[in-house]
Amino acid sequence: MDAIVVDGLTKRFRSGWPGRPPATVLDGLSLSVRRGEIFGFLGPNGSGKTTTIKVLMGLIRATSGSAAMLGKPVGDVRTRARIGFLPEAPYFYDYLTAEEFLEFYGALAGIGRQDLHARVPALLDTVGLADAATRQLRKFSKGMLQRVGLAQALIHDPELVILDEPMSGLDPIGRKQVRDLILTLREQGKTVFFSTHIIPDVEMICDRVGVIVKGRLLAVGKVDDLMTQGHTQSVEVVCREFPMERTQELRALAARLVQTGRQVLIVLPGPERLPDALDLIRKHGATLVSVTPQKHSLEELFFKEGARAAAPVERRAMP
Amino acid sequence: MRSVAVIALNTFRESLRDRILYNLAVFALALMGLSVLLADLTVMEHHRMITDMGLAAISLVGVIISIFVGIGLVSREIERRTVYTIVARPITRSQFVLGKYLGLVLTLAVNVLVMSAVYVSILLLYGAPVRWPLLQAIQLIFVELLLVTALALFFSTFSTSTLSAIFTLGLFVIGHLTADLQGIAEKSKSGLVKSVVAAVYYICPNLELLNVKGQAALGIPVTALYQASASLYGTLYAAFVLAGACLIFNRRDF
Repeated sequence: MDAIVVDGLTKRFRSGWPGRPPATVLDGLSLSVRRGEIFGFLGPNGSGKTTTIKVLMGLIRATSGSAAMLGKPVGDVRTRARIGFLPEAPYFYDYLTAEEFLEFYGALAGIGRQDLHARVPALLDTVGLADAATRQLRKFSKGMLQRVGLAQALIHDPELVILDEPMSGLDPIGRKQVRDLILTLREQGKTVFFSTHIIPDVEMICDRVGVIVKGRLLAVGKVDDLMTQGHTQSVEVVCREFPMERTQELRALAARLVQTGRQVLIVLPGPERLPDALDLIRKHGATLVSVTPQKHSLEELFFKEGARAAAPVERRAMP
Repeated sequence: MRSVAVIALNTFRESLRDRILYNLAVFALALMGLSVLLADLTVMEHHRMITDMGLAAISLVGVIISIFVGIGLVSREIERRTVYTIVARPITRSQFVLGKYLGLVLTLAVNVLVMSAVYVSILLLYGAPVRWPLLQAIQLIFVELLLVTALALFFSTFSTSTLSAIFTLGLFVIGHLTADLQGIAEKSKSGLVKSVVAAVYYICPNLELLNVKGQAALGIPVTALYQASASLYGTLYAAFVLAGACLIFNRRDF
């Protein structure tokens, strides 16, 4: 059984003006998240990530389609005891101390006072806030709020953790801490579903990734597969002392050739041309400096797929 | 039920840590102090002035808290998005609304108790009689606060804080003028005016039923039956309004 199953989810928001068509934010979105994996939900701002998460958490209702978590339809109150949630740019009761805050959320999840006394300090320590336990949240920095927010999402030891942009607004150290925490959660056998618009976050820690643009899921799969599948990898070869009069032969193989002093950079469109290029280098007595396969980053996929998704809309708009 | 209590206690803690409450408490004490000062300046009915103004201070401060804290109970949670993490917990939205309501009711109860204690102390200090009708009046003030808080919460589930304040204040004023409304309906010759005013009369809460301050200050008690039925009326009206608030809040998108 998958941890999250979303099937044909559509959400339209009514416009405030009569006669204006509703805005479609989710357009038949379907995806599934397997148990025990870290799933990255990647998309540009305004693509529908937060709306999807809001539907999952029962904050808004879908116009059509269905969604289920841990085998129960969204909206099932009991299931929420097994789910942890951190919203985007969270704001909490700032009159509470970090300790009181976690005790409050723990009590709402049905944890007894005894268990809370043991769990709260341990969790504050995990998120690096042990020193700030008795400080009111109004005195917390943005990064600290994000971390205490993560702690409240984990206070009841949930099976499934849903995080909306958990790394936004954090400095590099904070981002690393959050990434490490997410990886620890996977080690504990939990499922993590998190949204982001920052590609390296996904590349570094996700088992699988779903790319959402304009409310539609454009691609889903393992990070490596998405980066190579259907997209040719280029290879950069650098050599020295290649005879100038023979560069024509290299040009026939390369997508691009750059000469700087005695060095030549050969960009091959795919790895299949590498043996030929190496043969030429050897044949003409040049020295090989380096061979670097260039992986297409998710970024390229992101823009390519995004542009493809936008294209029909633009075409429709043309007279 | 435990979730309701957890939210109620947190709401109570929130109001205890809010400076507004302390400012209002100082204001109430100042008002009671003023009654003593004014009583010294009056030639006649020395005790009546203290008794009257004390009851008015308890009622006024209570209503201010009910309306101005009540309208923020839910709307502030939505504006600040603190509601996101609460609604995502294993509690129903109705439990959340009830918890918020009971939290403020607890704050009001403590506030009325403290103010009543100060009030009774002032009366005793000045040798004014502390009689049963005064306690009856305070009890009915509390029922009125239950109702006004429910109204403020109801409006805040679907409108902004400013509009909620206007609606609640409007209903509070109308609620105290319902007897006049009945008079207008009787005197008016227009059928339309008669029916509109009659509708307003029956829909709006009759807060004058809960106002026995005038006669309490004179030492005239109300019957136990009146007190019980007026309390029942106020509590049922509040429960009805709360049910409406839960219904609306259940359907809201955030």
